[in-house]
Amino acid sequence: MTVFLRLLRLIRPFWRGMVLSLVLGAATIGSSVALMGTSAWLIAKAALQPSVAELGIAIVGVRFFGIARGVIRYLERLASHDVTFRLLAQLRVWFYQGVEPLAPARLLAYHSGDLLNRIVTDVENLQNYYLRVIAPPAIAGLTAVGMAIFMAFYDIRLAAIILLGMAAAGIGVPYLTWRLSCGPGRALVSAQSGLKSTLVDNVKGLADILAFGYQDQQQDMNRRSNRDYFDQEQRIARIESLHEALIAFIALMTVVGLLVVAIPRVDGLYLAVVALTTLACFEAFTPLPLAVQHLSSNLASAQRLFDLVDTSPPVEDPPVPAILPPQPRIDVRGLGFRYPAQDQPVLKAIDFRLLPGQRLAIVGPSGAGKSTFLNLLLRFWDYQAGEIQLDGIELKQFRQEDVLARLGVVNQRTYLFNATIRENLLVARPKATEDEILHATRRARIHEFIQSLPQGYETWVGQHGMRLSGGERQRLAIARVLLKDAPFLILDEATANLDADTEQEIMRTIYDTLVDKTMLVVTHRLVGLEAMDEIVVLHDGAIVERGSHATLLATGGLYWQMWEQQNQLIAV
Amino acid sequence: MDKRLFSQIQPVKLYFWLSIALGGLAGLFLVAQAYFLSQTINDVFLEGQDLDGVSLWLAGLGLVAGLRLLASWGSGAAAHHVSGVVRYGIRDALVAHLFALGPAFSRRESSGELATTLTEGVEALDGYLSEYIPRLALAVLVPVTILLFVIPFDLLSAVVFLLTAPLIPLFMILIGSMAGRITRQRWDTLSRMSAHFLDVLQGLTALKLLGRSQAQVRTIRRISDHFRRSTLEVLRIAFLSALALELLATISVAIIAVEIGLRLLYGGIDFERALFILILAPEFYMPLRALGTSFHAGTEGKAAAERIFTILDAPVTQWGSQPAPAAPFSIAFESVTYRYEGNGHPAVEDVFFAMAPGELVALVGPSGAGKTTLASMLLGFIKPQGGTIRINGVPLADIDPASWRRQVAWVPQHPYLFNTSVLENIRLARPDASIEAVKHAAELAFAAEFIALLPDGYETVIGEHGARLSGGQAQRIALARAFLKDAPVLIMDEATSSLDPAQETLVQQAVARLVEDRTALVITHRLNTAYQADRIVVLAQGRVSQIGTHTVLRAQPGIYRSLVANYTGVEAGA
Repeated sequence: MTVFLRLLRLIRPFWRGMVLSLVLGAATIGSSVALMGTSAWLIAKAALQPSVAELGIAIVGVRFFGIARGVIRYLERLASHDVTFRLLAQLRVWFYQGVEPLAPARLLAYHSGDLLNRIVTDVENLQNYYLRVIAPPAIAGLTAVGMAIFMAFYDIRLAAIILLGMAAAGIGVPYLTWRLSCGPGRALVSAQSGLKSTLVDNVKGLADILAFGYQDQQQDMNRRSNRDYFDQEQRIARIESLHEALIAFIALMTVVGLLVVAIPRVDGLYLAVVALTTLACFEAFTPLPLAVQHLSSNLASAQRLFDLVDTSPPVEDPPVPAILPPQPRIDVRGLGFRYPAQDQPVLKAIDFRLLPGQRLAIVGPSGAGKSTFLNLLLRFWDYQAGEIQLDGIELKQFRQEDVLARLGVVNQRTYLFNATIRENLLVARPKATEDEILHATRRARIHEFIQSLPQGYETWVGQHGMRLSGGERQRLAIARVLLKDAPFLILDEATANLDADTEQEIMRTIYDTLVDKTMLVVTHRLVGLEAMDEIVVLHDGAIVERGSHATLLATGGLYWQMWEQQNQLIAV
Repeated sequence: MDKRLFSQIQPVKLYFWLSIALGGLAGLFLVAQAYFLSQTINDVFLEGQDLDGVSLWLAGLGLVAGLRLLASWGSGAAAHHVSGVVRYGIRDALVAHLFALGPAFSRRESSGELATTLTEGVEALDGYLSEYIPRLALAVLVPVTILLFVIPFDLLSAVVFLLTAPLIPLFMILIGSMAGRITRQRWDTLSRMSAHFLDVLQGLTALKLLGRSQAQVRTIRRISDHFRRSTLEVLRIAFLSALALELLATISVAIIAVEIGLRLLYGGIDFERALFILILAPEFYMPLRALGTSFHAGTEGKAAAERIFTILDAPVTQWGSQPAPAAPFSIAFESVTYRYEGNGHPAVEDVFFAMAPGELVALVGPSGAGKTTLASMLLGFIKPQGGTIRINGVPLADIDPASWRRQVAWVPQHPYLFNTSVLENIRLARPDASIEAVKHAAELAFAAEFIALLPDGYETVIGEHGARLSGGQAQRIALARAFLKDAPVLIMDEATSSLDPAQETLVQQAVARLVEDRTALVITHRLNTAYQADRIVVLAQGRVSQIGTHTVLRAQPGIYRSLVANYTGVEAGA
């Protein structure tokens, strides 16, 4: 219920459009009813053979309603779709504003594209909240009121009977389908997801299945879930086929009931009117069982979105933020961190200092806590023990946005938007001039490549920048960082996805062009670390070794071990 | 295309015709309903009957309404049955064909798209089969039935029906082609818009790091508004077609009403007939209008069918049917060449090398050198376009691939973990293996220890929707599969990047154990494996550039030496 009401609140800004489209929707049904009513009256009256003049108004009415219905329906469709699109835009903005403060700490579970995709589908689903959930019952309700008033002119008992019939069609049938399909519906959803995951297994695991001669067993499994889905789906289909037929049945039975009451009481002239208007008005009730289905799926979608948006952000900006100096010194003292719902701390008592212009590397095997440390520095999470200070002021005193403004980050997978190269560069500084862009791309040594493309800077990079190679993407990332012109550079496994040759070229570009920056390098690849002022080796969340490349190798500890292992590798 | 999709109905023809027949029957009941209703009203209104006098008509009306309920219910259920059976069959055929096509096909088609066709694509047929086709049939059947009864009752009204009815399908064909284009356009814009939204959400961290995440709200609003305006403009025209349809139907009803009303006035028709026709008039156009609303389902289904048939029509590579020769195996690549479709350069060209029984041969080379292609060929996933691979002298192309693969264990770089228990995932290699055998294999692969730590041990569900395993753990599951299979030939693709030190050592030890006493072809990225190899085959740009042992190759100038040096001795200039 609360979800339902919250959704109503979300669509409230569009009440004008909704009222308009509801009125038009009811008027559409009204014109059908009126067309049949005036037609019935026309022929009944004509059967009494009055003068033509007495039929004049009815004939005009019949013609008018014959045209009106189509026109009104057209306007109604435009109005309701306008509401729908406005709602979609609003939902997107609302949802984005809700999740933006959560990224990335609270969205870790959504890293897989599937989950994010579902969220987007959820948002899209909800755009139909008005069109498919709110509008049909509202229009049916208006129709019911209108018909009851109309019937009451003849006899109050007719009004009672038609309301009864409409309640059966508008409440009884949806309730019945809902009750019947509740259990099977759940079974269907689980059969559906079972089938889907088996089918996806076939495609993604195809090589494994064939190599191990597992086809027959896998095909048996496919058939089982295929069969299961078929059975559940048929149960639901039988229920769904029932509801449309039921509404037509109820409409006719209502007519029979009305006639039984009306025949002794109402002038025979109006019997046809009563019967034909009733048959026509039940059109408003056919979409209702579907509305119930949409309601439950919309509520489920909304619940998921609300759950996400309601998550408290991992960091709160201070009410009165401190002013961040342009090129601060970083002091880390006794830093400790544990993820919520985990017993083991991920970081334990980390200490180091990074002065402006210095270069520091944090290395260690995967799971050592390197990325966690970065997430703390970027203010994605708040630490529980110790402190990170910028020029002596606690990191928590600054706004996240201010902190991020000082940092240029190149990480493992540079995210490129499905847009042109230029647009992807401009993300870093929307107001950059042509000269600034060229300066950045030249220094990142990607300008010539971009120019060699037929469409140059206007080249579309494809979804996730798929059309570019790993090295090209990293160079674009460097150009972005140059455009952003932050004094502090973070390299987070910046070359992990590249082959050895490209890795070296990229590192060289970085060291050559970003020579004046304070640099923090986080990596498990021990490449180019000779250039570091200090290397900190993390293992299981604690610093186990520190020193320069040469001293660490001489120590023969974890760093040396990683170095040896890396030297085991032949180029990929 | 239509015909082929329609022919899929063959196995459930009976249900299909039942659905149509019941739909037609419901149409007959509809006519009876109109008849009883017009009789009732006529008798009371003009013949002066009371309620008792028309009770029989009213009872008949109730009865016919009940029968119509049953007939339309049955018709709908039968149509869904048809759709269900057809989709069941298509899923089954698609999977079987995919198994015959092998991974080379899914590599070309992009597995994500294939999976979508297999799941959502097949579901899209439902709208076509259970909605569009039955409505198409009813759109012919019901008006014809009504017409058959109206003609003897009142010829003039029948003429009006006859004149207007053909306009509707005519309109629909016109509209159908236009609406198809417009709905496609509309879906395109909608899906582009949601793709953009997804893109922004996925790139949220990137936006944040660049300090642009809050400004993005304006972009989202602007783009949504823009799409709304342009889509509404399209809809304004698209809805015109629906308007035309509706107008035609309702104006026809109005024409009928006025026409019979005026004739009644002059005694050209009696009231009961007039009423009968008026009741039927909207019903006459109803199925045609209903068909209009399922046009979209129809076109979507047809588009999906097209994608499905493209997969089903993809030609399958033909292999011989000889059983695999008996172990031990010697393997020879003789001038083997392969070129992927659409690629200019061959992936491998003129590759020669031989493996004696029990030999370990390491494949080394930069990425794109053709290592994976050679492994795929030896697995019987793709067939050389030139040259021959011989197994104990018999061309691999003459051997039944399933029989050959029984002799081969495969350890891929990224093993696929099925969405089932650890036990079942390992048992993939030998479905009839006992639990003890599985556990033993896991121990040999150094996997037993981490499996014991999983929440439900060997029963823990892994894969997409289950517990996540690290790269090193997944690799050891793959090694356990190979140990369980215990086949005389091993084909392995080692992981490219190093794991953390502890895992790395375990994997290396397991690999060393696994290659013992097997004819093994290992794509290696590790010096350790290269040391052990009886021979190293160095590939470059699809050709064999060096063959020899580690010691020999290390001493020669050449690709091998530079590959080894490249990865280790990095001196980045500061």
